[in-house]
Amino acid sequence: MIDPTRATASSLLAEQEAGRVTAEEICRAYLERIERLDGQVKAFLRVDADAALAAARAVDRRRRAGERVGALAGIPVAIKDNLCTRGELTTCGSRMLANYRPPFEATVIGKLRAADAILIGKTNLDEFAMGSSTENSAFGASRNPWDLERTPGGSSGGSAAAVAADLAPLAVGSDTGGSIRQPAALCGIVGLKPTYGRVSRYGLVAFASSLDQIGPFGHDVRDTALLLGVIAGRDAADATSVDEPVPDYLARLDEAPEGLRLGLVREFFGEGLDAEVEAAVREAVRVYESAGAVVKDVSLPHSRYGIPAYYIVAPAECSSNLARYDGTIFGHRAENYEPRTAEEESIPPLIRMMMASRSEGFGSEVKRRIMLGTFALSAGYADQYYNQALKVRRLIRNDFDAAFREVDVLVGPTSPTPAFRFGEKASDPLAMYLSDIYTVTTNLAGIAGISIPCGLTRAQLPIGLQLLAPAFAEERLLRTARVFERATDWHQRRPNLAS
Amino acid sequence: MALTRADVAKVAYLARLRLEPEELERFTGQLNAIVEFVAQLQELDTTGVEPLAHGIEVRNVFREDEREPALDREEALANAPRRNDEAFLVPVVLE
Repeated sequence: MIDPTRATASSLLAEQEAGRVTAEEICRAYLERIERLDGQVKAFLRVDADAALAAARAVDRRRRAGERVGALAGIPVAIKDNLCTRGELTTCGSRMLANYRPPFEATVIGKLRAADAILIGKTNLDEFAMGSSTENSAFGASRNPWDLERTPGGSSGGSAAAVAADLAPLAVGSDTGGSIRQPAALCGIVGLKPTYGRVSRYGLVAFASSLDQIGPFGHDVRDTALLLGVIAGRDAADATSVDEPVPDYLARLDEAPEGLRLGLVREFFGEGLDAEVEAAVREAVRVYESAGAVVKDVSLPHSRYGIPAYYIVAPAECSSNLARYDGTIFGHRAENYEPRTAEEESIPPLIRMMMASRSEGFGSEVKRRIMLGTFALSAGYADQYYNQALKVRRLIRNDFDAAFREVDVLVGPTSPTPAFRFGEKASDPLAMYLSDIYTVTTNLAGIAGISIPCGLTRAQLPIGLQLLAPAFAEERLLRTARVFERATDWHQRRPNLAS
Repeated sequence: MALTRADVAKVAYLARLRLEPEELERFTGQLNAIVEFVAQLQELDTTGVEPLAHGIEVRNVFREDEREPALDREEALANAPRRNDEAFLVPVVLE
């Protein structure tokens, strides 16, 4: 029997089909590895071994009975803890939701269950998905499996670390400004942000609703395509999900796109880009040229306004979305909200309760973004900040539209640096924001993006290659990524984790 | 523009956040740095540019106004910080 924790989801499906391994054996192997290694990695907030094993045994029974099983039958999948699982804790990495058990289920979770995936556990994240390192989690940071002194990136750092450490073959995350692609890059795995509207957001705890999108992580492009195919599609419960057919992402995965034209984005090679990251990305471009792709220089002239526009739009939407956490209907309520100053005595008790509850329930980054968004939307400033940011957002999307008239797929680094150390950026919000400099514009424009492993630094830290495609061109994106993967073996590298 | 501590205190109140004096001090510095950074958006001439609220422009989606199953009361109240048999309980609203 193969070691299930050193395999891919696709190979585990084939092994089960051939009767060489059972879903229960796969599940036990991953649970055992989590037990042994997650004390170091801290990818998971919760693992429900009994429920996972029961689900795995049910798949085995149905398979033995000759029943049809789903597209992910018996495959463990790790779930970012901002996706609602009915009746089970869904904390968003926040004290505010430390005891929250949603009365409904995210559409993506329902689709995974219907595909017979094994939901093996809920993974750590920056609080409410706001951050780039998991250091903003109220429950402690996750660690990068390649170097436990460094962050796995974020906000979906727990999901990325879980796959990188082989604690699950697949994981689901969410990407509002880079929160799938950046941790995928820093952990040496594949992570895909689908087009806005490709995957239903119903049951994803909202951060910035015009930017949030759920997406897959895997060790390779095939596994990532497999998971995307399961979770994609229109959903009546999410009015922004788009009624476009979901192609079979696996059917032509190994066919290189014909006459592939790649655009090398000039603005993605500027100041702040680590030299080793740049060298690996340029080498990846040469790999594409050897494979027959035509590479052109292209410009996205408004790229430098991506971070400033994002840090108006995202906090504005966050301040509105997070207004619901006020200690009344669900979430944390402060015990003590007595006035502490003469000024506070004039505030009605209900408002004092809300203020105290929010102050105790939210961490610093969430408070900062709520205040930034409140400011950007407040009377007298909305035109100057929020409306200007939305106009710049259109200029950014126009840049992409123009570039995609010249080329099929854009290429560049995912993150300007490899994984950084704990504390390195935690005290300087702006420095942390800049780690998403190459990823945020994708979300502002709504298009699709993927990060794939393309090298290791001398210190053995993974480097990610980012590929971007027009809206709903995920199939092209995946096939383009596969061209690189077929020519290299970076996706097969694994960190050395001592038990 | 520079945000004063009083400006930040006002924003915090609008956002329903009670800040410790130390937080007010720290957030004032950090918010000023961020606002100064995002001010570069003003450099761009956006005359005649339509604001873009969604990257993929979404349209209204209509459906028949039909009643569908809703959460039952017990499920809706299950996560309440304070409740009785039929309602969420909050501090006094009107004296």
